[in-house]
Amino acid sequence: MTDAAHSGSPPRSSILTPDARTRKRNAAEARFKYYGLTAVCLGLLALVVLLVSIAINGAGAFRQTYITLDVPLSAEVLDPEGNRNPADIARVISFGYDALIEDAMEAKMAEAGISIDGLDAGDAADIVSSEASAQVRYFVLANPEEVGTVREFDLLANGRIDAFFKGRVTMASAERDSNVSPEQLRLAEALKEDGALVQRFNWNFITNPDASDQRPEAAGLGVAILGSAYMMLIVLVLALPIGVAASIYLEEFAPKNRFTDIIEVNISNLAAVPSIVFGILGLAIFINWAGLPQSAPIVGGLVLTLMTLPTIIISTRASLKSVPPSIRAAALGVGASKMQSVFHHVLPLAAPGILTGTIIGLAQALGETAPLLLIGMVAFVREFPDAPPDGFFDPASALPVQIYNWTQRADPAFVERASGAIIVLLVFLAIMNTLAIVLRRRFERRW
Amino acid sequence: MPVFWLIVIIGLLAAGGYVSGRARALASADGDRRRLHSLPNFYGLNVGLSALVPALLLLILWTLLQPMVIDQRITSIIPDDAIPETSTRGLVMSDVRRVAGGLEGLVNLGVISEEEMSELSASDNDIRQSLAEIGVALGADVRPEVLEAAQSYREWSNRGTMAMTVCVLLVAAAGFVLAYLRTDRNLRARNIVERGILVLLVAAASIAILTTLGIVLSMLFESINFFRQYPAVQFFFGTNWSPNFRGNSDLGILPLLWGTLYISFIALLVAVPIGLMSAIYLSEYAGRRMRAVAKPMIEVLAGIPTIVYGLFALLTVGPLLRDYFAQPLGLGNSSSSVMTAGLVMGVMLIPFVSSLSDDIINAVPQSMRDGSLGLGATKSETIRQVIVPAALPGIVGAVLLAASRAIGETMIVVLGAGAAARLDLNPFEAMTTVTVKIVSQLTGDTNFASPETLVAFALGLTLFVITLALNVLALYIVRRYREQYE
Amino acid sequence: MNDMRLIERDSTMKDTKISARGVQVWYGDTHAIKDVSVEIADKTVTAFIGPSGCGKSTFLRCLNRMNDTIDVARVEGDIRIDGEDIYDRKVDPVQLRAKVGMVFQKPNPFPKSIYDNVAYGPKIHGLAKDRADLDGIVERALRRAALWEEVKDRLSAAGTGLSGGQQQRLCIARAVATEPEVLLMDEPCSALDPIATGQVEELIDELKENYSVVIVTHSMQQAARVSQKTAFFHLGDLVEYGETGQIFTNPQDRRTESYITGRIG
Repeated sequence: MTDAAHSGSPPRSSILTPDARTRKRNAAEARFKYYGLTAVCLGLLALVVLLVSIAINGAGAFRQTYITLDVPLSAEVLDPEGNRNPADIARVISFGYDALIEDAMEAKMAEAGISIDGLDAGDAADIVSSEASAQVRYFVLANPEEVGTVREFDLLANGRIDAFFKGRVTMASAERDSNVSPEQLRLAEALKEDGALVQRFNWNFITNPDASDQRPEAAGLGVAILGSAYMMLIVLVLALPIGVAASIYLEEFAPKNRFTDIIEVNISNLAAVPSIVFGILGLAIFINWAGLPQSAPIVGGLVLTLMTLPTIIISTRASLKSVPPSIRAAALGVGASKMQSVFHHVLPLAAPGILTGTIIGLAQALGETAPLLLIGMVAFVREFPDAPPDGFFDPASALPVQIYNWTQRADPAFVERASGAIIVLLVFLAIMNTLAIVLRRRFERRW
Repeated sequence: MPVFWLIVIIGLLAAGGYVSGRARALASADGDRRRLHSLPNFYGLNVGLSALVPALLLLILWTLLQPMVIDQRITSIIPDDAIPETSTRGLVMSDVRRVAGGLEGLVNLGVISEEEMSELSASDNDIRQSLAEIGVALGADVRPEVLEAAQSYREWSNRGTMAMTVCVLLVAAAGFVLAYLRTDRNLRARNIVERGILVLLVAAASIAILTTLGIVLSMLFESINFFRQYPAVQFFFGTNWSPNFRGNSDLGILPLLWGTLYISFIALLVAVPIGLMSAIYLSEYAGRRMRAVAKPMIEVLAGIPTIVYGLFALLTVGPLLRDYFAQPLGLGNSSSSVMTAGLVMGVMLIPFVSSLSDDIINAVPQSMRDGSLGLGATKSETIRQVIVPAALPGIVGAVLLAASRAIGETMIVVLGAGAAARLDLNPFEAMTTVTVKIVSQLTGDTNFASPETLVAFALGLTLFVITLALNVLALYIVRRYREQYE
Repeated sequence: MNDMRLIERDSTMKDTKISARGVQVWYGDTHAIKDVSVEIADKTVTAFIGPSGCGKSTFLRCLNRMNDTIDVARVEGDIRIDGEDIYDRKVDPVQLRAKVGMVFQKPNPFPKSIYDNVAYGPKIHGLAKDRADLDGIVERALRRAALWEEVKDRLSAAGTGLSGGQQQRLCIARAVATEPEVLLMDEPCSALDPIATGQVEELIDELKENYSVVIVTHSMQQAARVSQKTAFFHLGDLVEYGETGQIFTNPQDRRTESYITGRIG
């Protein structure tokens, strides 16, 4: 045997039988893998819990309780002069319409044979939202010829009544609530049996403007969605050309010098500056110094533009970089100027990537809240802004700010609406991101 | 919107310049484009851009400078004795501006005519009333000095706007004419246009610098104002935060910094292990299908706006922690707490940490893995003893970036952490952060000269400096790390 | 027994350490190794030569199951070390790789100190009783890799700070420290300058006293200098396998001859 050569080496072991140490090490390996899997699952779990909790909280906002009543548009109340002059009719403010709704409710109860002990006519009519009188008034102002007739209206039910059918208000809690009584709830139940009170999909949530603290049932996202759309328009119009121009310069033309370095460092730092700092910038520069109006989409749009620029520049540079140098060389080779080679060849090839980056930047801007708080977009705005460009200077809200605004109000119905608004926001974001992914898939080129 | 129409006119002029410049160039070459130095389009662009760009630049510059110049003039008009004891020149000026804006609105709406306007005097009580009707609410009746100043303010602005319109149009026309006259078949139009475009590109790139400058200057000036009214030592080392809008506030930053750091610490405690481990699992262990599903799903977390996380903290996590942990353990009754905000912020940071770590782990060369596996190490031994130590600088950089994110995060803490500034160790207690206080001091009706409002700028500057330092450090570390393996 | 006769015999007659039969490897759809059978002797340097992409490195990586780390790779056939099938389900690749060490093309020291680089294997395999024992193992491995004299004063310096040749010898020391029985070397000198290459080749020559060394090389001169047996691979086939001297002076196959004389490769 050749034993001498083996001296010093450890006893040979078979690889077919794992030794104790290997078994231990494999157990550690399995444990480690299990930790990793746990981490992934925790991340996914967090996502699921987040989405489910928002969905559960917010789904209710899309269904609203309505009461159908035949409202007598009595001429004595609405047009005391009797000449159907719109100016005279307009003199009757919403408050004057309350009596009509009271009558309508009384008539409805009589017709359906509902009588509730301890519920007077005023309280009975209070199960209709106080927004209802305004709703009837707008109708009358738009159609003065209808005065004197009886019209059927789908009126919003009071927020507490709506909450009753969504389970937030119970008979027991109504006992203690000064805003709603058990009798009113019983009336609502009776009307539901009669078919006059229904729950249905609530388009008004998307289209209505915000409403005051007392009327969560009427609050909607109309102004906020329009405000956000205006800001996105401004961001798109400003950030895309500026971002692309800056990227082209840095990627294609910039000489390697101090100035370029400073710009590079600035861009990478701006991408990481907390968003609230941009809000301070907006407040100090655009509002206090340049004198632009508070709460206006123009200011929000400018602030979001500055915030989005680094994102767009970074993604645009990446897509410019991915265009192979041979394309540039080919263009220069046939006598195109550097500028022509960039604008005729490189930029079109990089366009899908630029677009994708822009959409993702816009999606980020759409969800941004903190800077908008500082430039006054939390203000209560009920008026729709005008059409652009004037509308850019009108007060407006924005989707994420509206959500924040609603979380600060007392009535729990606003919490439901905030969650509902988040669903709307997330749907917009999902659409934008899907668009970005589709663009990337469809036009992505591999060199 | 006269400015809007001004822009439209310049735009039309530019379009006209394009067409006529192109035509003139072709005409100078007798319609034979081969005899031109550049393509016909370049001659058109030359004229168009000459009309458009200088005029637009002037417009922008004028719009920025006019308010400053006018402010300067008007401020000197206001006599010193017209400034009340309790107020400052700046406050009076903002009143003047608002009144002037209101008067302008009244004239535009036709409520009063231009003649009536010049005869207005402060004794007319209805000025405040009429202003309120068009949405300009004033705290007190308009004093004669203010009205006078407001009127000259309005006059100056109107004059300025007029002058601007004339100047801008002149510049546009001059640019048009000059470029048009120079148009000739031998003009090197392409070179001129390309140089012009290059200048525009440089200008676009410089906006990054301007933004940073704007951020720093806007916060620096107001912070200096703040430190004139409130001692810096008390601000940086004060342990008490209790703003009081009647004055005599304690504005110590330490409780806010403590809350910020405590919450960020908890967030990192959640995000770093989970983010890092899931990055390791997905890049080293998971099969292709699992990776294709799980990775984008975790990245979805990064696309969710922070307001959504804020509401999640407020509605779900906060009450859950209070009912199942804080109250049974007797640690507190608040649903907004350091723990709530920290946990939710941690979830928000998971995708951030995991995608950064993923990049960093993938940057470790395969040969390093082979070397370890070839020696008979298991995968986990390779990861823990070779890959992670090799990637450590990068991971530290990623954690610093995540920390800077956490420190600057606003909406989650506004909705989840509470508003009480305190120095406490109990994580189930509500605490507050620098960002929350910036929001609360700058929203609502505040007097822009009081230290209670100005402190927000000092807070913002502190926040900016801290996050900037973290970012610069992190970017430096990450860059050094990448260079090591390139 | 007839010990004397064994020793006198030529190297072909040494104990067989690894025997591979009918080995096939696929990378996805690519058939990288086609039915290769080879017997590798103990205490011998065996060289795998052949043009780029011929499968020699792939085959080498089969011998310690490094191909397991590549998702798309599939190995068929029978490879035995000391008569034990290394692709048996019961075999733990970790234990196998402790027995079959590997040195790679590019020096790949870990970003740790020189000491920790060498001690890494012994630590994970639990070869050292205590610190002193570990010190001994590290010193022996470094001496065996002919690096001890150069680094003994700076064991705590980073391994990545060494020169290319030193790094590769550090990697060899690292592989040797786990006391393997077979040492696989995948073009260990391709990233080194001629002087460092000379040092490593000298080292390989010494290593064969204790190990069975398998070396993949691009350089025929190197194969001729260091190996006793040579296998020539071409397009995934093992074309010829035999005594190094015979392969280089009297190749049996036309393809081998073309390669040696420089017509293919």
